[in-house]
Amino acid sequence: MARVIKGRALVGAEAEAEALVADEPLSFWGGYDQRTGEIIDRRHPLSGQIAAGRVLALPASRGSSTTTAVLLEAVKLDKAPAAIVTVAVDYFFSLASIVAGEMYGKPIPIVAVAPEDFPTLRTGQRIRVCPDGALIVRTDAVV
Amino acid sequence: MSLTLSADDRAQLTGERGPAAQMAMRIIARMAEICGADMLMDITGAHIDSALFQGDATLEFAERLADLGAKVVVPTTLNVSGVDEHGWREWATPPEWAGKARRQMVAYQSMGAIPTWTCAPYQTEWKPKFGQQIAWGESNAICFANSVIGARTERYPDLMDICAAITGRVPATGLHLTENRAGQVLMRLVDVPRRAQEDDEFYPVLGHLIGKIAQDRIPVVDGLEIVPAEDQLKALCAAAAASGAAALIHIVGVTPEALTIDSAFQERSPRQTVAITMDGLRAARRELTTATGEELDLVVLGSPHFSLAEFKKLAPLLEGRRRHRDVQFLVTSSRLMAELADQAGCLEPLKQFGGKVTVDTCILTTPMLRPEIKTLMTNSAKYAYYSPGLLNAQVVFGSLEDCVRSAIAGRVVRDESLWRE
Repeated sequence: MARVIKGRALVGAEAEAEALVADEPLSFWGGYDQRTGEIIDRRHPLSGQIAAGRVLALPASRGSSTTTAVLLEAVKLDKAPAAIVTVAVDYFFSLASIVAGEMYGKPIPIVAVAPEDFPTLRTGQRIRVCPDGALIVRTDAVV
Repeated sequence: MSLTLSADDRAQLTGERGPAAQMAMRIIARMAEICGADMLMDITGAHIDSALFQGDATLEFAERLADLGAKVVVPTTLNVSGVDEHGWREWATPPEWAGKARRQMVAYQSMGAIPTWTCAPYQTEWKPKFGQQIAWGESNAICFANSVIGARTERYPDLMDICAAITGRVPATGLHLTENRAGQVLMRLVDVPRRAQEDDEFYPVLGHLIGKIAQDRIPVVDGLEIVPAEDQLKALCAAAAASGAAALIHIVGVTPEALTIDSAFQERSPRQTVAITMDGLRAARRELTTATGEELDLVVLGSPHFSLAEFKKLAPLLEGRRRHRDVQFLVTSSRLMAELADQAGCLEPLKQFGGKVTVDTCILTTPMLRPEIKTLMTNSAKYAYYSPGLLNAQVVFGSLEDCVRSAIAGRVVRDESLWRE
């Protein structure tokens, strides 16, 4: 079983991975370890989870302007999320991905989805992110 | 709506102004499309957070631009760097880190940016003016510039701020435009005593709470009975920009776009009204502390960077006293403020007390602290917010006076009288 969520590709690229979802925004600076991909904001519901290689779904980024730099470093170190899905049109994640494209030819997909679609995402779902922003969610693969 | 570029924008995009401007304009134009802007607009100032060394990628980005001959085209100040350029050897900063962080400083200076190296650029002579269109990075500075000064900047991420400074252009969107600066959520102080409002410790706590409630909406705070001092507003903005995404906070009767509630909301109605009570503030204050015991390794002040006025407040508290031998005492500030504080005679008491000053950077942006430092105490909500994640340390939030008394006692001492029920 699969269903399709039509998102907007802020930065279009392809990825497929397991989802990691929280309904609280995250600052990557102080919140994401670029060397391991661990979420280290101890006040965040995903604290201790590894987001590297996963489809990270958050309402938006938050706080520090340095979020962009941390995500760029994570891309260089291969510890970035496979894709990021947000509700807001997030400048910070988008920019990091654009610069990752400029510098390393490795943009990660950044997709904005409608506020009514976001709450249907669940940690553990396998999600395929298409370059046009469509998310193909395998609903049978929930662990 | 699609993006229309000016002739000059197109000239930059095709490389007529050189390869650095071309790369910077390519990034700005893509960002403009993402945020749905139909044109770019001029800025007349920039503040760059990107000079902060975060690893090899940020350094490579800086050196790529510098090698391509990048020059800023508007007056541009620099935020904190990744190293205290001349003082790092006194701390645990690894030489390899210091070397790379310094290379990143050199790269940005070579682009013509002013080496202010501070997260409080609004307390320098390059402070922007009311209504000025600017592109600022650094969350606390963005919030202060928009809220307290009434200058206009979006929340620019690292790496985009420098592209704006090189091109002189930003997407015409967000907080640059009057209609997007209207308040959205009304936060009314209810039964918050004037005595609390006059206390420095009140503002970081209030900011932390405002940021949490507002998230990315624009709050309008009503009910302050006093006009807070500049450093109190600085603490409030920094706290709200850490706990939320606050880029603009209207305070009725205090900030320039909030002479009345109606003007702050641009004659619209609030989408939501929230009461700010002492109970809410007490809970917010509790959240800023993660440590449970009384042990203490370091007292740290100065996020955002300590101002001259703050040094002047601190010095008499230290006069004739000495810190406990097991507790380090550190103030983070800018070269300029440290120099002014020295001239004002404020650094001698700090030295006699056993304290130190670090400039250019802060404890969160350079690996200067030894791992033995497990618990720190601060009067800064921003330090309190980020230290547990970035430094893997426990933190205690307290007033300036609490911080000094604790450094002397060698254990956490807090005056709870303001917060008692």
